[in-house]
Amino acid sequence: MTPSPTAPLRLHVPEPTGRPGCSTDFSYLAISPAGAVRRPPTDTPAADTADLATSLVRVLDDEGRAVGPWAPSIHPERLRRGLRAMMKTRIFDARMLMAQRKKKLSFYMQCLGEEAIAVAHAQALAEGDMCFPTYRQQGLLLSRDDIPMSELICQLMSNEGDPLKGRQLPVMYSYKRAGFFSISGNLATQVIQAVGWAMASAIKGDTKIASAWIGDGATAEADFHTALTFAHVYRAPVIINVVNNQWAISTFQSIAGGEGTTFAQRGVGVGVASLRVDGNDFLAVYAASRWAAERARTNHGPTLIEWETYRAGPHSTSDDPSKYRPQDDWQRFPLGDPIARLKQHLIAIGEWTEEQHAAAQKSLEAEVLAAEKEAERHGSLLDGRVPSAAAMFEGVYKDMPEHLRRQRQQMGV
Amino acid sequence: MQPSTEDTAKAMQQAEPVTTQAQQRDQQRAEAQHPDASRVPMTMIQALRSAMDVMMARDDNVIVYGQDVGYFGGVFRVTEGLQAKYGKTRCFDAPISEGGIVGTAIGMAAYGLKPVVEIQFADYFYPATDQIVSEAARMRHRSNGDFTAPMTIRMPCGGGIYGGQTHSQSPEAFFTHVCGLRTVMPSNPYDAKGLLIASIECEDPVIFLEPKRLYNGPFDGHHDRPVVPWSKHALGMVPEGYFRVPLDSAVVFRPGKEVTVLTYGTMVWVAECAAREAGVDAEVIDLRSIWPLDLETIVNSVKKTGRCVVVHEATRTSGFGAELAALVQEHCFWHLEAPIERVTGWDTPYPHAQEWDYFPGPARVGAALKRAVGKEA
Repeated sequence: MTPSPTAPLRLHVPEPTGRPGCSTDFSYLAISPAGAVRRPPTDTPAADTADLATSLVRVLDDEGRAVGPWAPSIHPERLRRGLRAMMKTRIFDARMLMAQRKKKLSFYMQCLGEEAIAVAHAQALAEGDMCFPTYRQQGLLLSRDDIPMSELICQLMSNEGDPLKGRQLPVMYSYKRAGFFSISGNLATQVIQAVGWAMASAIKGDTKIASAWIGDGATAEADFHTALTFAHVYRAPVIINVVNNQWAISTFQSIAGGEGTTFAQRGVGVGVASLRVDGNDFLAVYAASRWAAERARTNHGPTLIEWETYRAGPHSTSDDPSKYRPQDDWQRFPLGDPIARLKQHLIAIGEWTEEQHAAAQKSLEAEVLAAEKEAERHGSLLDGRVPSAAAMFEGVYKDMPEHLRRQRQQMGV
Repeated sequence: MQPSTEDTAKAMQQAEPVTTQAQQRDQQRAEAQHPDASRVPMTMIQALRSAMDVMMARDDNVIVYGQDVGYFGGVFRVTEGLQAKYGKTRCFDAPISEGGIVGTAIGMAAYGLKPVVEIQFADYFYPATDQIVSEAARMRHRSNGDFTAPMTIRMPCGGGIYGGQTHSQSPEAFFTHVCGLRTVMPSNPYDAKGLLIASIECEDPVIFLEPKRLYNGPFDGHHDRPVVPWSKHALGMVPEGYFRVPLDSAVVFRPGKEVTVLTYGTMVWVAECAAREAGVDAEVIDLRSIWPLDLETIVNSVKKTGRCVVVHEATRTSGFGAELAALVQEHCFWHLEAPIERVTGWDTPYPHAQEWDYFPGPARVGAALKRAVGKEA
């Protein structure tokens, strides 16, 4: 029926299909069968990636087999390392959640269900590349051997061993030596900074690339758009990762602008090559990340990757998702659990067993527990052994100006 | 309106070269550093351009960009010729996105470059506020020095040019309130070059405000008189090579005994003229670095004069003058013989037609000087 021209206008306010007490209808999520999406050469023009921005790159099928053109050639040992890093990340998260409940730290954010994205992406980058993460890419750090887990926990506990001297909220890590940029509470700011870092690498004729991270909700921030524009204009060697976990705190991704479209399509619109990838498929994450990294490193410019995943846990320790979405949502999410899927694959190819898995689980739990104990030797919020108040005045400027010297003296420290 | 040749000649005769003791000290210091440095007349535009030229030649990591900054050389000509000399990867045009310009500069600084970016008018920095306040200013502190933001953000500021609401603002108080930033504003070509070089070399993020009213010549608020070129002033004679004017250092622009005037930018010239015309022996202090500032020079002066007038173009309420008045009250209370006065822009958006009713010219400043020293006004 043709609407009458005099019918009153109506404001459209998107809603998720699933609210507490109902079930989410995940049919909104366009899912391609594993192996079905083409893998173009890495020098492909951005305009030719339009179909890749609406389909879904997947490698692992329901039986855990790696199929199709994106199936990477990757040594099983690296896959086992990836699996262990994902397991470690999940165990770490669970343990820190408990520590927060025990008031040893004030706040925590898990990445439950999103472990594959950061862990597999990290494996596709090279030493010297710089990630500009959000607060939900702890897998980038936990998949490295050179960052002691106890030091991360010291940051979380703001104790005397905190490398950031107690100045930052828990999880706002900074590890230049690990290619992990200082996390800011202000959303999306780091994406445009990543583009600038990549431009700098190009200005200096370097070979390093940048990797920017942002969630689905934060794509609505202006900095996401400036980042895409600058990345396109200057052909910056950067990967812009949009982690679409369907939720921004209580807000479904449709309110961020995801209804009837994908976040990957934003990239195509501004001339940035774009992929939409199964974020719970370790092999697809690794393959797509390698593709984008090679594209950037060979001067073919930026890539936007939308990672489809699901925020399985609460937004943070201050959040209760049962107030806005179904309890069993993750169980019904069609892309499953990244750890379970890689485990199934490794077992299917004869490179892993249930026994090995159980043993790894046990040893990682012990490792995390030991790291927590080690960190607690430096104090925690519980015992008030926090960095000195004098540390508050340092580092505001390179050299402390007179007014801060005076204020510090007023405090008597 | 083009002033007649006769008017210009008359104005040039009126213009007095102003070189204070402290400025002579600066110049002597520069000469000591570079005894062979030849001095040439420069406008503020040329001096700023020269500062970037010198720094780009000295340091490959200095990168200059912004809207219309590259090929065209900037809407005020401040970056003219830099792209031709240093190439498109050292000096280039940017999209119209202040947040993008500052955001990329932060990333570049984190990489190890020294970006010098331009916001075309200070009135248009607002879209970059989040990047300036939440990111550049906090980077060193929040990462415990793991990452830093050594960068300079140039912004033409100030009124007196019929710029209306969005080409005249003086937003320095937005920046001085942000811990981690340095805010600087020169009042003449010599300081403009020396301060810009010092800002580019500084490891902290610097907001470098350039009073566009002073780009081509000093301006004392007498808008009915033709512009006098910088070549008539000692401060328009600028060393061609490298020299610095240190940050955090104020200068006694005009020595005096009766009252201290704390000011910066265009208002330095207005205050100097007001003192002359009002017949008040005012000591005019050009802060140069607005925050962090040179408290010692301020306190020494007010303790000597016992009186203080704060002058700025920016609107009054919560303007930087409030901080200055509070500092003087805290540090000089027992020496004060009169209330601290503030002569500022009104608490209104910057108007177009009412330009000279808004701009705190020499008459308004002079009246405040007379009140402060107890003369009729």
